Amino acid sequence: MTDHEPLIHIARRDGLVWWRAWCIRLIGAALALLASALFIYSITKLNPVKVYAAMWEGAFGSARRAWITARDASILLCIGVGLAPAFMMRFWNVGAEGQVLMGGCATAAVLIYLGRTLPTAQLLTLSVIVSLVAGAVWGLIPALFKARWNTNETLFTLMMNYIAIQITCFLVAIWENPKGSNSVGIINQQTQAGWLPALFGKQYLLNVIIVLTIAVVMYLYLKYTKHGYEISVVGESENTARYAGISVRRVIIRTMVLSGAVCGLSGFIAVAGSSHTISTATAGGRGFTAIIVAWMAKFNTFVMILIALLLVFLEKGAIQIASQFNLNDYASDVVTGIILFFLLGSEFFIQYTVRFRSHAHKTQEVEA
Amino acid sequence: MAEEFAVRMVNITKTFGHVTANDKVYLELHRGEILSLLGENGSGKTTLMNMLSGIYFPDSGQIYINGREVTISSPHDAYRLGIGMVHQHFKLVDVLTAAENIALGLPGGLVVDRKAIGARVREICDRYGFSVDPDKKVYDMSVSEKQTLEIVKTLYRGADILILDEPTAVLTPQETETLFAVMRNMRADGKSIIIITHKLNEVLEISDRVTVLRKGEYIGDMDTAKADARALTDMMVGRTVTLNIQRDLPVDPQRRLEIRNLTVKDADGVVRLDDINLDVYAGEILGVAGVSGCGQKELLEAIAGLQPAVSGSSIKYRPTGRSGPAEELLGLGPRAVSDRGIRLAFVPEDRLGMGLVASMNIAGNMMLKEYRAGKSPLVERRHPYDMARNIVRELEVVTPSIETPVRQLSGGNVQKVLVGREIAMHPTVLMSAYAVRGLDINTSYTIYRLLNEQKKAGVAVIYVGEDLDVLLQLCDRIAVLCGGRLSDIVDGRTATKEQVGYLMTNMGKEASA
Repeated sequence: MTDHEPLIHIARRDGLVWWRAWCIRLIGAALALLASALFIYSITKLNPVKVYAAMWEGAFGSARRAWITARDASILLCIGVGLAPAFMMRFWNVGAEGQVLMGGCATAAVLIYLGRTLPTAQLLTLSVIVSLVAGAVWGLIPALFKARWNTNETLFTLMMNYIAIQITCFLVAIWENPKGSNSVGIINQQTQAGWLPALFGKQYLLNVIIVLTIAVVMYLYLKYTKHGYEISVVGESENTARYAGISVRRVIIRTMVLSGAVCGLSGFIAVAGSSHTISTATAGGRGFTAIIVAWMAKFNTFVMILIALLLVFLEKGAIQIASQFNLNDYASDVVTGIILFFLLGSEFFIQYTVRFRSHAHKTQEVEA
Repeated sequence: MAEEFAVRMVNITKTFGHVTANDKVYLELHRGEILSLLGENGSGKTTLMNMLSGIYFPDSGQIYINGREVTISSPHDAYRLGIGMVHQHFKLVDVLTAAENIALGLPGGLVVDRKAIGARVREICDRYGFSVDPDKKVYDMSVSEKQTLEIVKTLYRGADILILDEPTAVLTPQETETLFAVMRNMRADGKSIIIITHKLNEVLEISDRVTVLRKGEYIGDMDTAKADARALTDMMVGRTVTLNIQRDLPVDPQRRLEIRNLTVKDADGVVRLDDINLDVYAGEILGVAGVSGCGQKELLEAIAGLQPAVSGSSIKYRPTGRSGPAEELLGLGPRAVSDRGIRLAFVPEDRLGMGLVASMNIAGNMMLKEYRAGKSPLVERRHPYDMARNIVRELEVVTPSIETPVRQLSGGNVQKVLVGREIAMHPTVLMSAYAVRGLDINTSYTIYRLLNEQKKAGVAVIYVGEDLDVLLQLCDRIAVLCGGRLSDIVDGRTATKEQVGYLMTNMGKEASA
């Protein structure tokens, strides 16, 4: 029967001590740096250490750069945190892009139409509310269809993105400023009405504080509340949920409203706290990148902080090495790709163990 | 001389983990005969056939096809040897036509020559008396048509040896007759057929010989001409084994549940429970016997509020003490039931997929039914942890810690966690489905002891089981289901194994009288 046994056998691990899991991740990171170094050297003949230093320079080289990295990471984190409850429920919300845009459009509308009439405090409060509502509605629609007719949420939320993109384009055309520029320009540039204020002289500090607060609250919500418990049960098995008397429909709808709302709020932060304009680039693919953030962190919002920082660091670093060493953009994308590949790959080795044939036989004998 | 055996399986053993599905099993199939493979649920019939059709690979033993020893390591190997199996759950692609389904997986170019396939299909149909429309889409087909298509598919691929896994389970009596006629035609044409079944009348009607398995072991085979239903039942259920399960007389049994005219239909409109009338008493263990899929699951789920019933059905709950009005349970749902203070405990068949949350630890599972209690939006965490520690200690649950996800526990420990939680809610009704399936002897006895303690405490216990020995020695009364109908209710102390066996296979009351 040995002929039928495959040479390599992949088996699931039953839980791994946390420090061994982190060892595997560290090894993955080391291998990633090594592979990238080989790639960089073989293609460009540059010193990899210098290239890595340049990446660091690009992301954290100056206070201003560090703040921009923090600003972008916090928006990415906010979206990832928004996805967490939906993903915990095994509801594959890939519609964050659209939910962010709807939140952003709602915020921009408030800033444009009411920027002259309302004082800043009310302007901000109103922006927060409408962005939450807009994102929630964009999350609610697919949830209703899922709960009622069991439609596929992945396709549904994905297509909602395109609707949101079209709506954004339409609004950009209406709000065009100056005419013919095909962009909205900086909203309320002179008055800065409705902009998130600087805190202690740091322009983006408030963004970071808001998002970190949301991350902490979401962590507590998912881990310690009855709602969070229901989300975990529904995600694990709808049958068990029904058995326990949980209304699966209600949990799906409630959770997606929350997920969409937080994503909508990310749109508010992007518009009122970061770019002060609205375009399809307000989301700019971050709704999809956030999926990676959420997954790599296994939906733990604290780990998401690290992942979001890492991804933004890679992005800023890539831009830096592209300009500093006159490299093609794609070369730096390859480096980013290699690093992600190894980090995701290490998750595989945490979940599974690889046995070779002879080894498997020995264990069988031991069991016998 | 031509070998007389189409198939010979010798000394076949197959284990899954520590469960032995087949233990040194023999099977012989002559050329041009119909062989019934008979046995109760879990007796290893399907496992044995899956090894013949290349889905499983035996741990040990030999398989001979037409006298030559062979190695069957994939369904493809099986096809090459002329073995075709029609599974209980059809393996067809809904959006394709009959002809396309037949062509699937066959060697050939990119283009499907529908005309050629259609012609061959018609030829096969004419030869054996099938009717299949090659251009019909599978989603337009009835269950019987799909089954016919599956058989034609195997014949198209040149199968000489056909395995049919409980083919009649999904058919009406008329369709069954048609199927049997076709099977006789195939036999006349020299095909050898194995039919898996647990219906005695069908065994007697269609097959030439019968091989009996029980609990994974080969019991024997017999020419059908010499067999009768009684002899086969004895072979199938075996002699009574004394288990020494404690059984006290019920003390002051009071009526707890009144089930009246309970009819349940599934999503496809098929009747799963047909007009059940049953009383459940506090302080007794009511056994529910039956071949699996005869409505046991629907019965328990209807009581638990998870299964909608046809209007006119009624399940009335009488609270403890003789006073107090009876409450209708149907239509409430599990949450409303528990909100009314009615404590229904339910140990479902699917332990990890329904009774527990597999990825959560023991404490997380403890709160499944009571996490809602209290006004606070936060879950109370101390009590579930106390409960978890209690159950681990009292039921001797083997686990690295109470933080371990229940998925990683062994089957017996999973069941202890589940039963422990359900008992900890101080139920008035305790339902259990296949509570000892897959458990070792010691754990099984722990479960029996716990059920007996509940009975003594005045709980109405419902025990759905498959092992007749256990049912007859644990339960006070046994309700026997057959095809969604209640065959009879017998006294657990006086009924015999044969009597229950007959009722299960719908031999009716006249046979047991």
